[in-house]
Amino acid sequence: MPSKLAISYHLVTKSFGPLRAVDDVSLDIAEGEFVAIVGGSGSGKTTLLRLANRLIEADRGAITIEGHEVQSVDPVALRRRIGYVFQAGGLFPHLSVADNIGITPRLLGTPTADIATRVDELLELVQLDRDAHRDRLPEALSGGQRQRVGVARALAARPRIVLMDEPFGALDPLTRDALGDDYRSLHRKLGLTTVMITHDMTEAILLADRIAVMRGGKLLAQGTPAELSKSEDAYVLELLRTPRRQVERLNALLPTSGAA
Amino acid sequence: MSLLADPRWGEALAHLPDYLGNHVRVSLAALALGLAVSLPLAILTRNRPAPRAILLAIASIVQTVPGLALLALFYPLLLLAASVTLAWFGVSFSAFGFLPAMLALALYSMLPVLRNGITGLNGIDPALIEAAKGVGMTARQSLLMVELPLALPVMMAGIRTAAVWVIGTATLSTPIGQTSLGNYIFAGLQTQNWVFVLFGCFASALLALAVDQLLGLIEAGLRHRSHARSALGAAGIAALVAATLVPSMGRSSQGYVVGAKTFAEQYVLSALLRDRLQTAGLSATARSGLGSSVIFQALKAGDIDLYVDYSGTLWANQLHRTDIKPRAELVAELKTALAKDNITLLGELGFENAYALVMPKKRAEALGIRTIADLAAHAASLSIAGDYEFFSRPEWAALQKAYGLTFRAQRQMQPDFMYAAVASGEVDVIAGYTSDGLIAKYDLVALEDPRHAIPPYDAILLLAPKRAGDERLQAALEPLLGKIDIATMREANLRASGNDANSSPDAVARWLWEKVGGR
Repeated sequence: MPSKLAISYHLVTKSFGPLRAVDDVSLDIAEGEFVAIVGGSGSGKTTLLRLANRLIEADRGAITIEGHEVQSVDPVALRRRIGYVFQAGGLFPHLSVADNIGITPRLLGTPTADIATRVDELLELVQLDRDAHRDRLPEALSGGQRQRVGVARALAARPRIVLMDEPFGALDPLTRDALGDDYRSLHRKLGLTTVMITHDMTEAILLADRIAVMRGGKLLAQGTPAELSKSEDAYVLELLRTPRRQVERLNALLPTSGAA
Repeated sequence: MSLLADPRWGEALAHLPDYLGNHVRVSLAALALGLAVSLPLAILTRNRPAPRAILLAIASIVQTVPGLALLALFYPLLLLAASVTLAWFGVSFSAFGFLPAMLALALYSMLPVLRNGITGLNGIDPALIEAAKGVGMTARQSLLMVELPLALPVMMAGIRTAAVWVIGTATLSTPIGQTSLGNYIFAGLQTQNWVFVLFGCFASALLALAVDQLLGLIEAGLRHRSHARSALGAAGIAALVAATLVPSMGRSSQGYVVGAKTFAEQYVLSALLRDRLQTAGLSATARSGLGSSVIFQALKAGDIDLYVDYSGTLWANQLHRTDIKPRAELVAELKTALAKDNITLLGELGFENAYALVMPKKRAEALGIRTIADLAAHAASLSIAGDYEFFSRPEWAALQKAYGLTFRAQRQMQPDFMYAAVASGEVDVIAGYTSDGLIAKYDLVALEDPRHAIPPYDAILLLAPKRAGDERLQAALEPLLGKIDIATMREANLRASGNDANSSPDAVARWLWEKVGGR
C-alpha cells in the first residue's frame, strides 16, 4: 500500500438536525487507490463524499486532502482541484458539451485556445467523437454519452483526485459495464485517486481496489473484497452474498457458452 | 362622409410622432427602472422565504391600486419631495409629467418581474446548483453562469407581461401631464371625437402587441437556445426605440405651455389660448387632459404657464372657503390671495361655468318659474337629476337651505344624458352646468339664483409665477378678457360636442376667435 494519503477522514461527524448522517467515521484513502463506498439510501455515503470537497461542512473531526486540512483551504480552490462526477451527469443544460467540459479550466482562467485543445483531448479520452459531440447540448446526448461528458468535465483541470456520486447508477446495464471498465482504465492510466459511491456491491467489487461499507452513518467495514468477506458484520456479509447469489442463479439459468 | 375620409384621421396622425415617442420613452424608462429594482430584489430574496413573501405581498398590493390612482398619487408625493429637496439642498425638480408617470409605471411593472424572477430562480434543479458549486464556481459565478441563464426564459416571460402592462397603463399618464397615446383617448372621450379614441386605442394596442411579440421572440430564442431568434427580437426592440427617439432629437424648447383640464370646454379654451400666443409670435403648446387637482399645482410649480380655471373651484379647493360672495368680489379676493403665491389672475373671460338648476324653457314659462325661489313652490311635485357628485356637494346643501327645496324624487345620471332626459320630460329639473352647449340645443333655461346659494364660477385666466411680469404674454391674452359671454361659450361647447370634422377643439377654437376677436 502506497504510503502517501490522498484523503483522510478522522473521527468525522455530520448531523442534519437530529439525524447523524455521518457518525465518527475514520477512513484513509491512499494515492492511486480506487475506493468504493457502498451503502443503501440514507447510509451517509453521499454526505461522506461531499465532506471531502466541502460541499458539506463537517461538525466534528478532521479531513485532510493530500496532507492539508480542508478547513484551512479555500473551498472554491479546493473544489477546482478535485474532480467531481455527479449523479446523472449534472451537466449544465444551457452549455454545449465543450463548454461543460471546459468549465473548470475556464474558472481557473486558462486561455481559451488551451481549453479548446484540452476539450478535444478529453473527448478522445472518454471515447466521444469530437466533431459529432463538441457543440451539442446535453439534451441531445444519450445517458451514457452524458456521463462520459461528466467524467471528461471532472478530469478537465487535471485533478489527482476524483469523487464520483453514483456515476453509473442510472444507466442501462450494457452502457454501465462499458463505462465502468473505461473509467477503471482511465483511473489507472492517469494515476488518479478515485472515491466512488454506489449502492451496488457488484459494481464496487468489479471496479474498486477497496470497499468501505456504510450504514446509518457508521462505517461498518473497509478492505478489499477478500478482506470484507472475513467480516463478522451480518450486514456486510449479506451485501457480499447478494452478488454471489446472483451469479449462481445466472449460472443455473444461462447455459455457459463454450462449456461442454 | 365615409369614416376613412374623415380629416380627423390626418389630424390624429400628425400627433403620432409626439404621442408615440413620449409613450415609448416613458414606458421604456419605467420598465428599465422597474427591472433595475425588481431583478436584484428577486435575486437577493430567492433563498429567503420571509423577505420574499413580504416583497411579493407589497408588489401585489401595488398591483391592486387602480392605475389611474397610482399615477395620480405620485404627483403630490413628488411635489412634497421637491419642496423638501428645495428646502434642504436648494434644488428642486419637476413633479409633473415624466417623473411621476415613470415612477408609478415602474412600480406597476414590479410584480410580474419579481414573481417570475423568483419563480425562475427557484425552479432550477438543485442538482445543477450543486454541480455549479462542485465544478468550483463561487456563489456569484453560479448565479451569473448557471442560475440566471437557466431562469432567463421564465424571467423574460415576466418582463413581457410587465411591458404590456406598462404600455397599456401609460395611456393613463395623460392627466398627470405626461404626453402619451392616452392623449388621444382622453381628448377624444371628452370632445366626443371617436376617431381620436379609436386611433389612441389602436395605436397603444398595436404598440403593446408589437413589443409583446418582439419580447416573445427573444423569450423563444432563450428557451430554445436559438441566438438568431433572440437577436432578431432584440434588433426589433432596438429599431422600435430608435424610431421613436429620433424625431425627438433636436426638438426646440416648447415655449409657453397652456394647460387644460379633462373636459371639452377646457380643450377648446386651451386651443384658443395657444392660437392667440402663436399669432402674437410666441411659441406655445397645449398640454391637455390634466387632472383637476394636478393642474393648479402644475401652474404653481411652473410646469405649465397658463390655463383657465373657475373662481368657485379655487375658492373652495385652494382657499378652503365655504362662504359665498358676489361674482366680482369673489374674483377680487381670489386675485389678492393668489398673488401671495405669485400667481397672476389676469382676468375673467366673461362667462361662468357654474352648477345651475335647469329646465325646459316652455315648461318653466308655463309654470311661471323664473328663479329657484319660484321653483321651490312646485318642487314637491317635481323630480330632479344631477351628476354623480352633485347631491353630495356643498352647492346642493346650500340650495336646499336657502330655498327650502324638497323634490318628489332625485336621481343621479351621466352628465351627457341629463339634458336629453330633462328635455324629454323624464325628469323635471336637472342640476346642469351653465356653459353647457346642450342648454341651447334643447331650448332649456338656467334658473336664476337670487339668494346666491351657488358660488360664482367665473372662468378666469391664471398665469404661472414665472410669467408674472411677462408683458408680451399678457398683451397677447388681453383681447380675450371679458369677451366670451355665456351664449357664445355654450354654442362653442355645443359645436365641440358634435362628432364631425368641425367639432375638433382646434376648429371650435378658430370659430370662437372669429366670433369674439372683433369685439
